[in-house]
Amino acid sequence: MLDGWPLLSLIIFLPLVGAAFIVLIRGEESIVSRNARNVALWTALINFVLTLVLWLEFDNSTSQFQFVEKMPWIDTSIGYHVGVDGISMLFVVLTGFLTPICILSSWNSITHRVKEYMLAFLVMETLMMGVFCSLDFVLFYLFFEGGLIPMFLIIGVWGGVRRTYATFKFFLYTLLGSVLLLLALLAMYLEVGTTDVPTLISHNFDSGMQKWLWLAFLASFAVKLPMWPFHTWLPDAHVEAPTAGSVILAAVLLKMGGYGFLRFSIPMLPDATEYFTPLMFGLGAAAIIYTSLVALVQEDMKKLIAYSSVAHMGFVTIGIFTLTPQGIEGGIFQMISHGLISAALFLCVGVLYDRMHTREIARYGGLVNRMPKYAFVFMVFTLANVGLPGTTGFVGEILVLVGVFQVNTWVAALATTGIVLSAAYALWLYRRVVFGSLRHEDLRQILDLNRREVVIFAPIVAAVILFGIYPSPLLDVMHVSVANLIDNYELATAHITSAQIVSQN
Amino acid sequence: MLYVLIVALPLLGAVIAGVFGRRIGANGANLATCTSVIMSAVLAIIGFVENCIIGDGISYKVLLFTWIESGLFEAGWQIRIDPLTSIMLLTVTSISALVHVYSIGYMAHDPHKPRFMSYLSLFTFSMLILVTSDNLLQLFFGWEGVGLCSYLLIGFWFQRPSANAAAIKAFIVNRVGDFGFALGIMAIFLVFGSVDFDTVFSLAGGVAGKSFVFLGVELDVLTTITCLLFLGAMGKSAQLGLHTWLPDAMEGPTPVSALIHAATMVTAGVFMVVRFSPLFEYSPVTLTIITVIGASTAIFAATIALVQNDIKRVIAYSTCSQLGYMFFAVGVSAYSAAIFHLFTHAFFKALLFLGAGAVIHALNDEQDMRRMGGLSKKLPTVCTVMWIGSLALAGVPFFAGFYSKDIIIEAAYAAGTVPGSFAFWAGILAALLTAFYSWRLLFMTFHGSSRVETASLASIHEPSLSIRVPLLILAVGAIFSGYLAYGMLVSVDHSFWGASIFLLPTNKDILEAAHHVPFWVKAAPTIVALLGILLAWYFYIFRPNTPQKLVKSHSELYQFLLNKWYIDELYDLIFVRSSRLLGYIFWRGVDLRLIDGFGPDGIAKSVIRLASRASKLQSGYLYHYAFAMLIGIAAFSTWYFYRYGE
Repeated sequence: MLDGWPLLSLIIFLPLVGAAFIVLIRGEESIVSRNARNVALWTALINFVLTLVLWLEFDNSTSQFQFVEKMPWIDTSIGYHVGVDGISMLFVVLTGFLTPICILSSWNSITHRVKEYMLAFLVMETLMMGVFCSLDFVLFYLFFEGGLIPMFLIIGVWGGVRRTYATFKFFLYTLLGSVLLLLALLAMYLEVGTTDVPTLISHNFDSGMQKWLWLAFLASFAVKLPMWPFHTWLPDAHVEAPTAGSVILAAVLLKMGGYGFLRFSIPMLPDATEYFTPLMFGLGAAAIIYTSLVALVQEDMKKLIAYSSVAHMGFVTIGIFTLTPQGIEGGIFQMISHGLISAALFLCVGVLYDRMHTREIARYGGLVNRMPKYAFVFMVFTLANVGLPGTTGFVGEILVLVGVFQVNTWVAALATTGIVLSAAYALWLYRRVVFGSLRHEDLRQILDLNRREVVIFAPIVAAVILFGIYPSPLLDVMHVSVANLIDNYELATAHITSAQIVSQN
Repeated sequence: MLYVLIVALPLLGAVIAGVFGRRIGANGANLATCTSVIMSAVLAIIGFVENCIIGDGISYKVLLFTWIESGLFEAGWQIRIDPLTSIMLLTVTSISALVHVYSIGYMAHDPHKPRFMSYLSLFTFSMLILVTSDNLLQLFFGWEGVGLCSYLLIGFWFQRPSANAAAIKAFIVNRVGDFGFALGIMAIFLVFGSVDFDTVFSLAGGVAGKSFVFLGVELDVLTTITCLLFLGAMGKSAQLGLHTWLPDAMEGPTPVSALIHAATMVTAGVFMVVRFSPLFEYSPVTLTIITVIGASTAIFAATIALVQNDIKRVIAYSTCSQLGYMFFAVGVSAYSAAIFHLFTHAFFKALLFLGAGAVIHALNDEQDMRRMGGLSKKLPTVCTVMWIGSLALAGVPFFAGFYSKDIIIEAAYAAGTVPGSFAFWAGILAALLTAFYSWRLLFMTFHGSSRVETASLASIHEPSLSIRVPLLILAVGAIFSGYLAYGMLVSVDHSFWGASIFLLPTNKDILEAAHHVPFWVKAAPTIVALLGILLAWYFYIFRPNTPQKLVKSHSELYQFLLNKWYIDELYDLIFVRSSRLLGYIFWRGVDLRLIDGFGPDGIAKSVIRLASRASKLQSGYLYHYAFAMLIGIAAFSTWYFYRYGE
């Protein structure tokens, strides 16, 4: 029904159109704010519907890129080339799903510069969509780095007390990565003469060059994901960001790192991938244990969840580099699942912050007495974070673990300790905030979730449980593309080893 | 369809009570959950009669839909029915139905009743998923599901800090066990390429004796897998080392202790090991470990039960000890005896807990036996059923425990191995202790002089009908379940179990041998039980000041036992404190000092230093900058054209 429609371009640029409308809004402050909110929400909702259409129309049976649009842009070697496959499609839907939720969650908590805030979010959505749809490296780079700017502003303008420190730390880390990514991009362009991603994937880089390129990619993706020990920007950024900023940061921006490994590092640089896999396992396992232990002693709710995110991204790293169907699908699933769960957890913190203006765990306790609905929602996401079967958290984790056990039992055993540690920090947080009796006077008047908040949480609760019990709609999307990725990887690495054997003889 | 209903009805009840609890009120929630669980129990009985008594115990499956599929890894939502499942369904649904009815009376004054009933039904659902699962992943779902409900119900009275602590402890200690279980699942998939029971079981014989590399060491495949699975079972069934959560779990309301922490959930570990008999059978090493741990737990827990003063804790340690019996039965390949004891134990232990609950209820939540005594006149029904429960627990002839415990002890003797005879002697000694602490409990609670506060003495009355009826039904079970099920469950030819329990030819005769042990072996458990009762009588009725004298003369031993061998303190030191300390070191030391100090903050500082020097170069005139920029661009493009031009 949509033949000939540039669906992906629509999805990418529709938020920008909405943003343009917001720019045009003039008039009294309160009217401007109201209209800006409405325009942003409707744009985001329509875009979400479009991403659902994309999912519906997506063909699960092919590993080819779909909904491809290609036209020359700069010269013939750099083009506007977009398309999705089973690896990227779900991230587009995730972004589409979460943007309206973010806008809705900022409805009342953002009171100054509402117009600019909504503008930043819509621009952000365009850039995020662009990252997951780009099939040209230059295009990808623009979107990938462009995303920094609205995020920088969201934290820097609407953030907390130490926002300047946090934004600069965030910027400094990411900049280091992007400089090296740019160098790698230049080098690849000079070698191949194009920045078209499918062409780069089919090109054989020599193995020495692969290693350098791979490390340059790593610098960028490891900071984004973030991997231990490049994670220290994340807790600060989260703590200072407004709620919706944390949501987007945790749910979508972090996933760009994992996506980068899957789209660039592994298919373009298979030999280097093979060479560096042990490193990635080591860093992943370290992340799980180290950051879980750190999460255990946090006193700020957002910091705790931020550290827990790093631990979950450790699972993603390990899963992806197993190069087994279970590991990679588990890694992707874990990213989607973490997108939902961490988003919801940050929203949970936001609910409290809106009411009490503090994130300090010790300032809470006994909320269940006043907020039974909130207690229920928070419990669902705490358990999902712990990876309880029946939630999406479990599906991702167990697939990753099953995948990694086939490759390296040590890594599997170390990663599995994560299920004990995550239970410890997550339930301990829940107990301190929700259970017990109301000790603090000012909590006696705290109100339960209002209707807007229920509307925000309901779809996430539904998704986390539904896809926890019936994950096939998500997994089916990935099967063929992941199988193709693995086949090509094995072909490429086997080719090298047989060549080496020949040369040795 | 029948079986789908058995599993699904409790879920329906839980959802109705949970979601609409506030609208339909406590009575509505009671009605919804009790009706659905009772219906489920009736259907389970029908199913059991149909399949296992009239029919020949065939095994069949109902596939609902696929759960997780990735590459070769496949797990579905599937209900599996065979004799082992049928007997578990029967046990779980009937005890659960009785506990539901009991809770109507017991929780009558609690403001959160719908929530309680909802959790209870949700637990029943998870437990049914666990016993009907057809693959490891679904088993794990049920396994974690019952763990979750246990966590929620232990912490049901969320305003008590001790209840919250106990709930978290239960969940985390169980997770330590799950660490092993999860690795076991992964290893099974690696070795067998499937997590489906039938596929794994049919290939087990071919894998026996093969080895693989696990954690860099070459190990026997099945021994490794079964040890990992057993670690999971130890967590769930509170075996020595991972038992610490069970006594604390008594913070939950008493119906919970009866259903979850006595009759059903804690026996899931035993069930799991029996379900995996086709793997465990091929691993004599693991079986030996199980025997030793089971037997040690049986004694260890019984010694602690001797000195506890909280009525529920005594029964909790007793449960721990009885689970030890079930495990060493498994360890000597007497799987059917283990399930038999699981079955009878469910009745008499639920009875003891619910009876204790009735006492606690009557005394306005008093749990300390030092403030009880002489209650037999005030609570005759409760006293009678507690006597029946204790007689069954101690294994006095013709009560339920007599049949099931004796066959386990006999099987251990008949095994004729070193661990077997260790288990035999442990079983005899634990039987003595069991009888002693059971009658200690009875005497301290119901007999002798009253130590109840006079204020509450007047208000003590027999419990309401909804409490008494379940007690009486369970009492009937505690008397007859052993006698009735004996012929069926532990018959020599294993005809009841069909393919659901696998035995190697060499182990086939264990029950046969158990029936032909010398007379003194058969008589020993009964004799020590009677001896234990007599001893308790001497200590607490005849010479009531003996315990105090003993405490004085052996105060160190007493403290050691009273403080549960100081295992909690030890774990706190080794695991809890050290991981928090590590967390602090990683956070403050490594993250903030090392990584940030040398990373972003360090760079920022050196940039500032550099900048202050460089600022001397800054003139503030725009054209200076423009000039510098031009030079830079020129230099860069020159380099570029030289390098890549033409």
